[in-house]
This record gives sequence, C-alpha cells and structure tokens, in this order.
Amino acid sequence: MGKRVGMEVAIASAEAAALCRFDVAAVYPITPQSHVAEHLSDIVADGRVDASFITVESEHSALSAAMGSEATGARTVTATSSQGLLYMSEVLPITSAMRLPIVMLIANRAVSGPINIWNDHSDIMPMRDTGWISFFADNGQEVVDMTIQAFKVGEDRRVMLPVNVNMDGFQLTHMVEPIIMPDQEEVDHFLPAYVPYAALHPDNIVSMGTLGMPEIYAEAQKAKDVALVNSIKVVREVWKEWEAQFGRKYEPIQTYRTEDAEIALVTMGSMGETAEIAVDELRKQGVKAGLLKIKLWRPFPFDDLKKVVKGIKVLAVTDRACSFGGPGGPVFSEIRSALYDTPKRPKIVNYLIGLGGRDVQVENFMDMVRRAAKGKLSEPYEFYGVRG
Amino acid sequence: MTEKKWPETWQEVNPGCMVFRPGSAKEYHTGSWRAKRPIWDNAKCIKCGVCYIYCPEGCVTENADGFFEANLDYCKGCGICAHECWPVAIKMVNEEE
Amino acid sequence: MNTATKNPKNVIENFDLYAPKLVSKEEFFVGGHRACQGCGEALAIRLMCKALGKDTVITNATGCMEVISSLYPTTAWNLPWIHVAFPNAAAVGSGVEAGLKALRRKGKIADRRVKSVAIGGDGGTMDIGFQALSGAMERCHDMLYVCFDNEAYMNTGIQRSSGTPFLASTTTAPAGKKIPGNQVWKKNLPEIMVAHNVAYVATATPSYPIDFMNKVKKARQIKGPSYIHCFVTCPTGWRSTSETCIKLGRLALETGLFPLYEVEDGKYRLTVEVPEKRRPIQDYLKGQGRFRHLTPDQIQVIQERVDIEWETLMIKVEHSRSKESLRARRSR
Repeated sequence: MGKRVGMEVAIASAEAAALCRFDVAAVYPITPQSHVAEHLSDIVADGRVDASFITVESEHSALSAAMGSEATGARTVTATSSQGLLYMSEVLPITSAMRLPIVMLIANRAVSGPINIWNDHSDIMPMRDTGWISFFADNGQEVVDMTIQAFKVGEDRRVMLPVNVNMDGFQLTHMVEPIIMPDQEEVDHFLPAYVPYAALHPDNIVSMGTLGMPEIYAEAQKAKDVALVNSIKVVREVWKEWEAQFGRKYEPIQTYRTEDAEIALVTMGSMGETAEIAVDELRKQGVKAGLLKIKLWRPFPFDDLKKVVKGIKVLAVTDRACSFGGPGGPVFSEIRSALYDTPKRPKIVNYLIGLGGRDVQVENFMDMVRRAAKGKLSEPYEFYGVRG
Repeated sequence: MTEKKWPETWQEVNPGCMVFRPGSAKEYHTGSWRAKRPIWDNAKCIKCGVCYIYCPEGCVTENADGFFEANLDYCKGCGICAHECWPVAIKMVNEEE
Repeated sequence: MNTATKNPKNVIENFDLYAPKLVSKEEFFVGGHRACQGCGEALAIRLMCKALGKDTVITNATGCMEVISSLYPTTAWNLPWIHVAFPNAAAVGSGVEAGLKALRRKGKIADRRVKSVAIGGDGGTMDIGFQALSGAMERCHDMLYVCFDNEAYMNTGIQRSSGTPFLASTTTAPAGKKIPGNQVWKKNLPEIMVAHNVAYVATATPSYPIDFMNKVKKARQIKGPSYIHCFVTCPTGWRSTSETCIKLGRLALETGLFPLYEVEDGKYRLTVEVPEKRRPIQDYLKGQGRFRHLTPDQIQVIQERVDIEWETLMIKVEHSRSKESLRARRSR
C-alpha cells in the first residue's frame, strides 16, 4: 500500500525509478537535475537497487552509454536538462530509431544564451521531432506516477520507444510536495521485468544501427512515425490500468471547468496549478473560463484536443519557449495546425510566459484571459510581461 | 526469419533496421570488382597459409589437399596474397585471360 | 635472422611468427563487405575477431568499417554488433559492458563472460571520440578499445586527423604551393592511454598478424580497460597500391616509425624485433602518393624525428627491463 510522504520532487523521481528496478543508470549532473543524478547514485551505492551507476563524463556519453546498456536488455534510466539535452541531441533520434525504450527524466531548464539555470521549456521543445514519447508533469505526484508509467509504455512490444518525463526545473524538482509513494509490491505488480525485442548477446546474434541507404531510409522513418502515433493507444491502456490499480486518473489533455467554458487557458507543466486558481477567480467574477492541461505532448493527442475544445470560443495558449522567427510558441503553433481543418474552431492566441524562470502569478493568468477574450493580440505571439 | 523481397515495405523493415542474419553480407558478391585474379602454382606452394591469413575478404581457403585457392565470388583482386607469398607461388593474371 | 637485408623482396622475417594453421578458420567478419581492395583495416578487423571469439559484443564508431559492413538488410558481422554514432563508440561500449555486467550479476543472462569491445578509426578515437575514450578508460570498464589508425578521416574523403603524420597530404591539409601538407606531428594515443593507467596498452598492425592476435587475446583476458592502437594501411587514402598493404606496415616497423610494443602496468616491452640498423624512412615514404611532394630536406626532418621518437621509446623499454613494476596496478 502506498505511503503519503513529503518529498523533494527530484528525489521522488529517483525513488520512482528505483521502484522500477532499473539495471543501469548513466547520468551526468546539470542544474537543476543534479539531485536526480545524486539520489540515483545514493540508491545504487546503498544497494537498494541492484544496478550499476555510470558516472559518465558528458551528457552525450550519458545517452550513448544508456543506449549501449539498453541494447543488451538492461532496463536503463538517464536524466538531464537544458544544455545537457542539447548536447545529447545528436543521439536522441538514434535512440528512437533503434527502438530502445530508455526512460529519461528531464528537469526542464532554459537554454543558453544568455545562460540561465531556471525553468522553462526551451530545452525540450527543439527535441519534439526526435521520435520520443513525451509526458509533462504538473506536480510531484505526476512525476512519480509518470516515471513508472514511462517504463511500462516504452517497453511495451507494440511501442518499443524511448520516453521522456518532463518536470519543471526548480519549480518542481526542488519543491517538497505531498506524494503518495507506491510501494515495491504495487510497482512489481504493475511493471513486469523488461523482455527486450532483441539484445546484444552471442547467443542470439544481431547487428544494431545498420546503414540505411536511400532505398530504405524513408520506409524506416515511416515505420518509426507509425510506431509513435500508435503508441497513444498503449498510453491510454497503461493510464487506465494505473487508474484501476492506484486510483489516479490520467488523460492526454486534462480539463478543468471546461464544461461550459467560453474561453480557456492551455498550459503544460507545473504552471497548470496556478492557472487553475486563476480560473476559479475568474469564474467568481462571472467569466466562463476553463483550463486545458496537456499531459501527453508526443504523440500529439489530436483526437483529445478536438474533443476538449468543442464549444470553446477562445484559446489562450501559453508557451514556455519561443520558436524564434517562427509562427509562435511550439504548443500554440501545433494546436493551431491541429485544429486547422476543424470547421468550428476557437480563436487562438499565444502568450510566451515564464521564460528563464520568470514567475507567473494568478493575476497574470487572469490578465491573459481578459485580453485574450478580445480574440486577437496586437502581435501573432506575445512575450507576456516583457518590459519595453 | 523468412526471406523478404528487397526493397522492403515500411511494414516489413525490421524495427530499428536491425539485421538478424549474421554474415548475410555474403549475399553480395564483390568478385565483380576485380581486374586481376590470383592463380596458385601448387608446385611451388609450401602450404604455409600466409595467403589465407592476409586476405582482407577472408576468401582464401584451404582445400582438402592442403593447398589454397580464392573464392572468386568475393576476391577483389587486391594482390596482397601474391605479393606476400614467400615462394612466389601466386600470380595475378588479368581477368580477361 | 634479419631477412630484411637478406631477402629484400620477400621480407617475411621470423617465420616462427607465422603459424596460420593454428589460427581458427571461423570467420566472424565475412567477405561480401564493401571495403576497398587491399583494405588493411578490413583485414585487421577480420583478424581481431578471430582472436576475440564468439563471446564478444562489438561497438563500432561511424567510419569506414561500420559503413562497409552493415548495409541494411545485410551484415558482414557474425558477432553481436552495435553502431550508434561517430564520437561515442567508447561510451556506448561502456554502457554495453555495464549492461552485460548487471544482467549477468542479476542472473538475467547466461553466467559467462562476454567481452565488450569498442572499435573506431583514428577520427572516432583520437579526435571526435577522444572524450568518450578518456572517460571510458578512466572509469575502468572491463572493455577493450581498438583504434584502427589509417592516419586520416578516410570514410569522409581522406581529411586530416590528429593521427595524420607530419607533411602527409590530406584533403583538408593538402600539399599545396604554399603549405606542404600537415604541419604538426602525429598525436601519440598509446602514450595518452598509458597516462590513463590503462592496465594493458599495445600497438599492433595486421602486417604482423599473430602478434596482433596474441595482443587481442591478452587484452581480452584483462579484467579492466585495455587499449590497442592498430596501424592499418589505406591504399585509397595513402595513394599506395593495394598489394603493398602488408609491406607498408612492415616497413613502418623496420624503419622504427611504428614499433610494435606493449605496456603492462607501465612497463614497456617490444614485441617484434626491429632490425638494429633501422631502414631509412625514405623506404617507407616512397611507396605512398600522400608523401610524393616531399623534398630530401623534408624527408631528413622526418627521419630525425623518427630517430628521436624511437630512442625515446627505447629508453622506456630499457628502463622497464630494470624495474619490477613502474607504477601500481590500477585494478578494478
């Protein structure tokens, strides 16, 4: 039976990985992920999990070593942030192409220049084309739950794809939150041992990472895309199983007070909890406000999105990253594109918020909603709250 | 694994482009590359096996009598065996002959 | 017996080095691969795999050997093999080692030793792969790393690497009208590995196949990191004839340019005798188009450097003979 504890979320994520009985962890420290790396190594050094911890010399080597380990059939976990994620970015599409279900915990942090160690999503956004499944957690409980779910989803024979679990750096990682920690028996029941599709061992010889000539490359890419698109079925299945066993419900897009909402905020990550309070305040003032919280970023939940925006007239999409010189924040431009063919679609506006760890308060969300209700911003996307 | 026709469909491509047929490169015959081929004079051959050791293709094999010959499906005609043969028992001759 | 001077045309000295009949006939790297005619590296890989045997997992950096051997849907490998990217063969190999170790310890795979061996060219080892190599070796993984050094980034078109020798012409440091080729001396990776306290470091070349295979076998036994620097001819990149592939490796040894030695726990030992009167470096250089622009003065400069490097190595070899162990074993 799970125990309710107060735990720093980064520590809790490492504890969740430990409950999954990982075989190998290959991690390079980077603020604000360091507590994840450190606690994983504590767990291994204390023998609480029978595993190896590789103190790799860089993030590129972290994911590379993780790939080597996963390829032998060992359940492998890694973690990073920001510059580290960018440094290993060469390896990200290879991990998904080679169908190795590594789980990566990402403590989302702003990408340099200027260098900034605080939270936003500019590290994960450039990685959305790399073929990984992406979860976004709102709070510590979700971080723990999603870490365990990630192994189950990724290792499913119908999926065989790597998964990243995104938690806001400092905003989540360094917060002590109340979390119901599942116990080992529950997790063992939920998550079976990893049985790899193929493994590097002389008893069953395989060549992995072969050369794909032009005649076959496109087919390989389509196969990968289909695998990622179809994985949403497995995500739903796993979430249903999770709800049945643990009583906590997960949906690709969680709705808050949208039943009769005319205008809705869209958030991803821990800002969703602040936005909830803003929605409550707006409702008190008679504004028919609602909130959509995206939990599953890849594969993109097209069907869920179309369903939850029915009846909503205006969407105020918040992004925590900028696609410079592009059509707006990544979440905004993907939602707009996803709804392009829907005949009755809401007006969509875009606010770039919380960049580089800038605090976003309840009043700010309320202000965003009021201005968005007018239906159009002066620019296609707005850097919210920027002076000048 | 059953034989698939090349080029494969996206449904047929092995996950991760993994190859489960070790040594399947031998389906590709590199013998068509060569301009010269090695000919052994068994009268001179001392059966030392140096030609076998030095072949980058691994296509020189010992026959039942202990003499050596190149598998012409793979021999690229590099000439290493002829060059290294101590008793000079191997000659490189043009392909046309 | 020094056959180098007695039989200049057929220089197979020390016939007892050659016992090809004792070598296993099993091929782990099969013909049908797309290496150039006379590729020294393909030969070296073939021999290395014979010495390693079947209980091996190969991690291959991007480069010639990976490209020519693994065109989907076929593979030239009769061993478990993985390729990920260019700079990370050592990192992936260290992950393979850790994975196999953990799985064996936890009883999830067969209880026998499967060796992780990472391989790469001079590019993937000495330059872009240097960091990963340093990290893997310093963490003391039970892994053998073999660098196949053909002295340039051959697969991408013969560009200059830190393994390119002084004055060699490559496509990014060409012998031009103003600058006559590579302007710096070759990086000494074996020495760097010795400085990493790697338990077993050796130089090798397929021109001395039994010596190479014995070193691979020895490295395989080491329960810790080991490193072999294998000098291989590239007829395409060196502009030499395909049939002189083996001869050039031999000349590299006979001139003292690339001596074959091993370093065990800091003790240096030559494994193949170099003739007392080393052949002039000109004998080695003249068969290669990448050196054809050299003037006699430039050759003399190279000769002097080769002499110094050789003497430096011999000092270490002499010193090692007189001491039991030069440094404490860094064991796992």
